[in-house]
Amino acid sequence: MTEGVITAAEPVTMVAALNAALGTALEDDPRVLVFGEDVGTLGGVFRVTDGLAARFGEERVFDTPLAEAGIIGTAIGMAMNGLVPVVEMQFDAFAYPAFEQITSHLAKLRNRTRGRVSLPIVVRIPYGGAIGGVEHHSDSSEAYYTHTPGLRVITPATPADAYHLLLQSIACPDPVIFLEPKRRYWSREAIPADPGPGIDRAVIRRPGRDVTLISYGGTVGTAMEAAAAATEEGWDIEVVDLRSLSPFDDATVSASVRRTGRAVIVHEASGFGGYGAEVAARLTEQCFHYLLAPILRVTGFDIPYPPPKLEQHHLPGVDRILDAVARLQWDDDHA
Amino acid sequence: MKTSSLTEDRAAAALPPSGTPLCLIDPAGHPAGTGSLLDLPPADVLRELHRQMVIGRRLDAQATALTRQGFLAVYPSSRGQEACQVGSVLALREQDWLFPTYRDTVAIFTRSIPPAEAMSLLRGEWHCGYDPYEHKVAPQCTPLATSTLHAVGLARAAQLRHTDQVALAMLGDGASSEGDTHEALNFAAVWNAPVVFLVQNNGYAISVPLAKQTAAPALAYKGVGYGMRSLLIDGNDAAAVYAAVRTAIANAAKGAGPTLIEAVTYRVEAHTNADDAARYRENAEVEAWLARDPVRRLETYLRDQGMLADGDLARIEAEAEVRATALREALSGEVKTDPADLFDHVYAEPTRALAAQREFLLAEIDQAQA
Repeated sequence: MTEGVITAAEPVTMVAALNAALGTALEDDPRVLVFGEDVGTLGGVFRVTDGLAARFGEERVFDTPLAEAGIIGTAIGMAMNGLVPVVEMQFDAFAYPAFEQITSHLAKLRNRTRGRVSLPIVVRIPYGGAIGGVEHHSDSSEAYYTHTPGLRVITPATPADAYHLLLQSIACPDPVIFLEPKRRYWSREAIPADPGPGIDRAVIRRPGRDVTLISYGGTVGTAMEAAAAATEEGWDIEVVDLRSLSPFDDATVSASVRRTGRAVIVHEASGFGGYGAEVAARLTEQCFHYLLAPILRVTGFDIPYPPPKLEQHHLPGVDRILDAVARLQWDDDHA
Repeated sequence: MKTSSLTEDRAAAALPPSGTPLCLIDPAGHPAGTGSLLDLPPADVLRELHRQMVIGRRLDAQATALTRQGFLAVYPSSRGQEACQVGSVLALREQDWLFPTYRDTVAIFTRSIPPAEAMSLLRGEWHCGYDPYEHKVAPQCTPLATSTLHAVGLARAAQLRHTDQVALAMLGDGASSEGDTHEALNFAAVWNAPVVFLVQNNGYAISVPLAKQTAAPALAYKGVGYGMRSLLIDGNDAAAVYAAVRTAIANAAKGAGPTLIEAVTYRVEAHTNADDAARYRENAEVEAWLARDPVRRLETYLRDQGMLADGDLARIEAEAEVRATALREALSGEVKTDPADLFDHVYAEPTRALAAQREFLLAEIDQAQA
């Protein structure tokens, strides 16, 4: 599939960028379908599919019954029969009824059939908190998916990446869990024509010499703010945006940490058994002799996601990141 | 596209099933004469149903024997369910898809999948040994019920792409309790999808009897709530199974939507070779069902009608013996596996990490063999 004309020299929101990517995919490939709960007439609860049903008709963009296993399970059958479904789970925690279909079938069917059945399905999931959502609307569920071989797990942090990574995910022959950070939905950015380094690569958002902050999705912006604030303390911080959580771009991340000698991993999901643990373990295995300090994690607490009036205590913010940076066994000239 | 509202076709068709299982040939092998709902298949079809059931039963017995000899990891027998296994598959057209469960090995034999490929899962070689596209047979489903949704999706794609294909989803009484079955029936009805659900109600989900599975008067009634045409049939009557599935496929293919068929049958053997059925059921119950044997029923009918002579039967049994020998030879040989397979199909292209793990394992194996 070729990528369509880039829509925006003017800044657009991540929601608009995702909408443009879906429109491009539907336009370019007649096999592409978009379906889920409220994605048709309403245009999705976050309006990511706004106008697509009217533009492409209800055979291409349609509402389903309210049943997430049904959405994923039928998408699998459609993909077996030549279509390319792009489906929406309305919220992170509402995707759990589909867990068996995702882990036992979507992830495994290629392997079960020794490559004969390919499932080029994209599962879009708005995820994460910081938008004042009531319970079950703010989970960071990435580790459930990254622990499942056979899935790709992608999460954009910017509107430009949202556009290009979604198109690349739709073109990918593997099933992709596409995690959209809700708190970045309304961030704005122009969409460049350059599609970036590819679906499975991390990018360096901000170069720096002293510390590597490793993040993804909703907390990349927080890491960037922390890096900007750190200049006042004399720290030159590099920020890596992982983009692809699975597979993991060892080369880019390890090269950064070898350069800086220090690493802090930032995510809003709970720390215990979380994605950051895998990153820390890999970096320890690959960069031990380059490290000047233990790798630290700044994550959400090991608690169920808090109610809106308390979520600010849970989410890693700039201060918590800078506190971690300060604990990285600096020489006196930095202390 | 047709919407979910009742079309004239569907309004005209009776949604509720009959109160008692429909049959065309009764347990004694006599014509049952149930009226016009189902038509008795023609003589050549009845003879083919019988032939395939005799072969299917022989292959099933051979697979059980091979399990005892250690050549299969496990085998869930479908002995006693041959009418469902064979009747439904012979009703499929070439372009239609079959979604079998682990107990439907005789069904996939009937769909002409070679023994070694068909038994790969149960032999422990690979999860699915055949090419689903070559035979239009999905991998055998072991979680149960999950594949009903895949069948609905495949049927929905056929509907959207205007390809003349129907999906046949097989499930059992146990799977009818799973949430995915509910979602599959609902999606199928809302989309008016060309799919047929065949519930082989064989009385037990491993050890749990039907009475602990549902309070519904019959599983077929569940279809009515979804707005779906439903049939309750005698699952030991191959003629009825064939006619019901054939009719349901014809309806689906002409845009008249899905059908739920409950076929009442019985699992004569234990759940698998690893199960002990004496812990949960009386032998008298099994004996009663043996008297309703589907193969003998059709054989009696065919003989009475002058459609089957002693010579015919001898030829069929000889053919079954040849097929059983082929199955034994295919499965008693050395198991050939390739450890590289573990890594090669997880993704379309192995990731760097998987390529490294593949190299590690192959080197480890080399070293062990050195």
